[in-house]
Amino acid sequence: MRVLVVWCPDWPVVAALSDGEVADGEVAAATGPVAPAAVVTRSAVVACNTRARDHGVRRGMRRRDAQSRCPELLLLDDNPDRDVRAFEPVLAAVEALRPGVAPLRPGLLAIRAPGRFYGGEEHAAALIAERLVAIGVWDVRIGIADDLFSAEQAARRAEVQGWRVIVPEGSAAFLSDLPVEVLETGSDDGGGDLVGLLQRLGLRHLGDLAALPARDVLTRFGAYGAKVHRLARGVDPVQPATRTPPPDLVTEVVFEPPLASVEAICFSVRQQAEEFVARLGERGLVSTAVRIEAEADDVRRSLLSSRTWVHSRWFGAGDVVDRVHWQLQATPAGVLVGAPVGLVRFVPETVEPAAAHADGLWGGGTDDRVDRGVARVQAMLGYDAVVVPVRQGGRSPADRQAHVPWGERPTGLRPPDLPWPGRVPSPAPTRVFAEPWATSVVGAAGQPVVVTDRGAVSCVPARFHSGSTAGWQPIDSWAGPWPVDEQWWESSTGSRPAARFQIVGVDGRAWLMRCDDRGWWTEASYD
Amino acid sequence: MSAPTVLEPRDLQLRQLQERIRGMQDGVPRIPVITHPALADLLQLRTGGAYEVDSASLAMLLLATPSQEGAWSAVVGAADFGIEAAAELGVDLTRTVLVPDPGEHWLEATAALVDVVSLVLLRPPGDVTARAASRMDARLRKRASTLIVWGRWPGSEARISLRSSSWSGVGEGHGRLTSRRAVIAVQRGSAPARETELWLPAAEGPVRRVRAAADARAALG
Repeated sequence: MRVLVVWCPDWPVVAALSDGEVADGEVAAATGPVAPAAVVTRSAVVACNTRARDHGVRRGMRRRDAQSRCPELLLLDDNPDRDVRAFEPVLAAVEALRPGVAPLRPGLLAIRAPGRFYGGEEHAAALIAERLVAIGVWDVRIGIADDLFSAEQAARRAEVQGWRVIVPEGSAAFLSDLPVEVLETGSDDGGGDLVGLLQRLGLRHLGDLAALPARDVLTRFGAYGAKVHRLARGVDPVQPATRTPPPDLVTEVVFEPPLASVEAICFSVRQQAEEFVARLGERGLVSTAVRIEAEADDVRRSLLSSRTWVHSRWFGAGDVVDRVHWQLQATPAGVLVGAPVGLVRFVPETVEPAAAHADGLWGGGTDDRVDRGVARVQAMLGYDAVVVPVRQGGRSPADRQAHVPWGERPTGLRPPDLPWPGRVPSPAPTRVFAEPWATSVVGAAGQPVVVTDRGAVSCVPARFHSGSTAGWQPIDSWAGPWPVDEQWWESSTGSRPAARFQIVGVDGRAWLMRCDDRGWWTEASYD
Repeated sequence: MSAPTVLEPRDLQLRQLQERIRGMQDGVPRIPVITHPALADLLQLRTGGAYEVDSASLAMLLLATPSQEGAWSAVVGAADFGIEAAAELGVDLTRTVLVPDPGEHWLEATAALVDVVSLVLLRPPGDVTARAASRMDARLRKRASTLIVWGRWPGSEARISLRSSSWSGVGEGHGRLTSRRAVIAVQRGSAPARETELWLPAAEGPVRRVRAAADARAALG
């Protein structure tokens, strides 16, 4: 069986430049074929383009060294996910020509070489190169050989947008002239060590290695050496593992005529929602995140609303319909009346094997019953009425907690385990008021207590009066002022420094209060 | 059933019988809910009951132990529920849901949650009518759930209140709040209230009896 390998050199750089994560000005300067660019991790170069290589930039080089050799080098952040994502259109384009694509790694794929279908191997290679250039992948090289290793090496020796075909039974001859360093590229399993050893033994070319008896190689280099020996002789039996094209699971519901009422839409999508969940179920999958899109029925098919919903377990048909209801209800009514919905689309954003979500014998994960109860409360009060409490980092008690709507994943939370200097020391207050209460605190003679610019109190606080207590409450003991030195660059925080106090009334109740230039506020209570 | 042995003390036997009678009321067994060890001999929460508390930390203390044992809990109507304090007192936040602002639907929301979680902390926004309370009680018994009411509840099983508290660690402009000695009273029906003194919170370690430490000292001395 003949193997065709498509190689897109320096794929991380290509992916990063096409992703648009770099600022526009930089892209404009960089998309020209001549701008040197490199993808770097925090310390080292992962990949660079030809122009950067001309300046002496190499893989594995330290970031500083690379910049010193080529000051105008465009540095791009390393992101393996982005590389895989950007390679997906390439896979799809090749898959359209011939199914059974085996993605080897981002930038490299293999297929069984089409024989006579496209009029010969060279015609097939030309066709693939043309298709890939059409979708914007400029640098494509193709190699065709009897085995995967030879085909990859052939692709690496092809011209830009060109191909190199190794004749049947010609792999051994082709490989014998290659230096042993080719074993390093693309092998993660210690190829570098073996290359160094072979060179010290005087084996400069793959042909030298191939000439050795297989038994001796196995004795001296072990199983890995034997595998390399097979590669060098061009008899690599490994066939590329092909992938099945991803199924199209997106479900669309078209309304004819378009509907303007949320209730009518929800009623109409119910059957398709059931089919959507059932279709996933046939493949043993469940969806944990669904994007729901609603389109208007005009010529441009403008998107009325689009939102991704996450479920704490997985979406059933009823859950999907609920989400449609919430999403369309939240859209301003005026928009909905002005543009009736012509189409609703369910896009499964995250699918997971159903087995991972099966009920354990003794229960586990989120309790199904709890989910149902919460869904009823959500139906009563709205989607974000039920929240999950989470801790996060911060200095004031209100900053140290957060509410995450049930079913959503917490994002953007500050890590709670960091030291957070200046935070109110534990124990934490048991009641934290979302809106602080206005409070007055006065000294013994009734004069208001303020915090001076130097962070001291103007007089000893003697009694306070806040929204919760009737009348004035004498202060038993107090601690503070603890200066609040946050966001001083914001003009709204006022000129005078703010400070926090812990104040215990004579009734034994303790409060956390804050004094700023607008007065005193009760932030929390140690109830 | 085996006959009770004659060696058993009489009051223990009596108590067992009383427990059995209480358990058989309404035809639904009323299972004991695990209660915090500091309150254990004052109070035994049971499923199907409503209990009044008058402070947030007492409410958290009652939620904490069942929550650690794997029970789900819900907090309705308490927008100012201190999440960090709850975690410090031992409430498992991963098995807690909050409905901070149920508005006028607080009773319906509570009823929906009573169906599915084993402990509900409710802070009613106003007075609760006796009729609403008795309907909720029936639901609690049917669903084997426990209601902790932060406020007043007609016909509650017991009222756990904070009689007095004294904070330590803070002085005249120095120090910080570290611990509190709280006198807790449990009032059950018209019986005299039973009191105990707790470190709530303790300066270090879990909430515990003040007297236990004093007893230990006395035993040493």
